[in-house]
Amino acid sequence: MPLRRITLRVNGTTYTGEAEPRKTLADFIREDCGLTGTHLGCEHGVCGACTILMDGQTVRSCLMFAVQAEGAELTTVEGLADGDRLHPIQQAYWDHHALQCGFCTPGFLMTTVEFLNDNPQPTEREIREGLAGNLCRCTGYQNIVKAVAAAASTLAAASGARRETRTAAPSRATDVMAAPRKTDGTPAASQRPRHSGKTAKRRSGPKR
Amino acid sequence: MKPAPFEYHCPRTVDEGTALLAEYGDDAKVLAGGQSLVPLMNMRLARPANLIDINRIESLAYIRDDGRTLRIGALTRQRATERAPQVSERCPLLRDALRLVGHAQIRNRGTIGGSIAHADPAAELTAILVALDGEVTARGPKGTRVIAARDLFVSYLTTSLDPRELLTEVCFPALPAGAGWSWMEIARRHGEFALAGVGVVLAARGGTIATARIGLTGVGPTPVRPAEAERLLAGRSPSEDLWKGAAEAVRAAVTPDGDIHASAEYRTHVAGVLTQRALREAWERVREAA
Ligand SMILES: Cc1cc2nc3c(=O)[nH]c(=O)nc-3n(C[C@H](O)[C@H](O)[C@H](O)COP(=O)(O)OP(=O)(O)OC[C@H]3O[C@@H](n4cnc5c(N)ncnc54)[C@H](O)[C@@H]3O)c2cc1C
Ligand code: FES
Ligand code: FES
Repeated sequence: MPLRRITLRVNGTTYTGEAEPRKTLADFIREDCGLTGTHLGCEHGVCGACTILMDGQTVRSCLMFAVQAEGAELTTVEGLADGDRLHPIQQAYWDHHALQCGFCTPGFLMTTVEFLNDNPQPTEREIREGLAGNLCRCTGYQNIVKAVAAAASTLAAASGARRETRTAAPSRATDVMAAPRKTDGTPAASQRPRHSGKTAKRRSGPKR
Repeated sequence: MKPAPFEYHCPRTVDEGTALLAEYGDDAKVLAGGQSLVPLMNMRLARPANLIDINRIESLAYIRDDGRTLRIGALTRQRATERAPQVSERCPLLRDALRLVGHAQIRNRGTIGGSIAHADPAAELTAILVALDGEVTARGPKGTRVIAARDLFVSYLTTSLDPRELLTEVCFPALPAGAGWSWMEIARRHGEFALAGVGVVLAARGGTIATARIGLTGVGPTPVRPAEAERLLAGRSPSEDLWKGAAEAVRAAVTPDGDIHASAEYRTHVAGVLTQRALREAWERVREAA
């Protein structure tokens, strides 16, 4: 099968690669972009480990082909932290012991980003339903639910504080995840330094 | 690499899409949201030689209200549909059922047309289309045709669409003014395929039921429209006994298979219980609207 040239943006960086049309987006992100934070559990849409944001919405990256994401803006788990400073949702997972082996965590985090954007003040039941598309074999979910509730409070407090001090206007009520920032394209995939361009990243959550 | 190799085509217009389908027909599969097709390809249960990706045919994503019917473009995402104000207003049954189709991550990609064309025996949308007497529009080498829901679903994962036809539009008739509705289903986990599910619409005249519409999923190879139960309800005053009678008629109308998730007896029983609950909720909504 002939290779296709594919250009897409992940966490604000442009990647160009060549792949057969049958290569899944998840494999392209891991193998061609060198971003192995996105995990593959089932590869048929059930476990949620491969969840990423495409143009701001969660998708299963195992159920798309890389060719389909041509021109798309993607965010993976690597795009959440600001250097060594964790995103508030990541921090909440850490604080509440919401991971054990961590295999499922990237998918849970990306799901939580969209979920709290849509529903900044969820009830426990809503949290459980919002996370139902992600499977975890270790934690028993209790601490993940606690972490999401805690992240919701942190983010709400932060956006309240931001409103009062009238600093950088967030585009959405909670601004859980700032829109991917624009940078110059860096074609090299796996040799790219891990945090290239990260300093320019606009932070969304509160500084901790 | 998970799926077998295929030739990838990415039409931008319906004409390009139907031309590709006319050319590759039996050797091709349409790729919409991919939430059913790609799992099958990853498991190599489906190995199409040609994949016709319709995701860049922007003209296929829309929701129009023509006064009587919601006309939904085949490529409209399930998530966009569940959030559309017209859908809440004109067909809240569809909105409520969509919220139980998989998970948000699935519905962000999954399409209305894909769910109908895939015809999973436990899909929510197929049962609703049948209950409402909806229809679909398809375009193929012989032109455009409209197919009524009752003529569309043939068997497990099988519709009367020709492999050379592209499904372009799905039409859900709006609920009558003042009607009550309810979607009820049972699944092992929120968002999973239903073991059994039922959609109900009750239109009222004064204190009595003018017409009842019922559609069931998960209880047979195709969605079930229990005609006897609907007849039993029409023209009657609501009561617990009436709901119970309708539930019995539903149990008599369904022919589920048992599998590892639930036995046939369980599904039959639950179909009746869900019908009773759905009728109760739908009638409460009639009273609230009055
Ligand atoms: C974890 C998970 C849970 C799910 N849970 C549910 C659930 O609870 N209820 C439910 O109903 N569904 C569920 N689904 C399936 C989901 O709703 C799919 O989105 C839907 O069945 C197919 O829509 P799609 O757009 O993804 O179609 P695709 O997967 O792209 O296509 C499905 C089939 O339809 C054909 N097709 C698609 N569009 C057209 C068209 N326009 N013209 C002709 N043929 C076409 C394709 O060729 C293919 O054969 C689930 C899926 C997953 C992965
Ligand atoms: S790997 Fe994609 S959902 Fe499991
Ligand atoms: S922490 Fe191990 S699978 Fe979730």
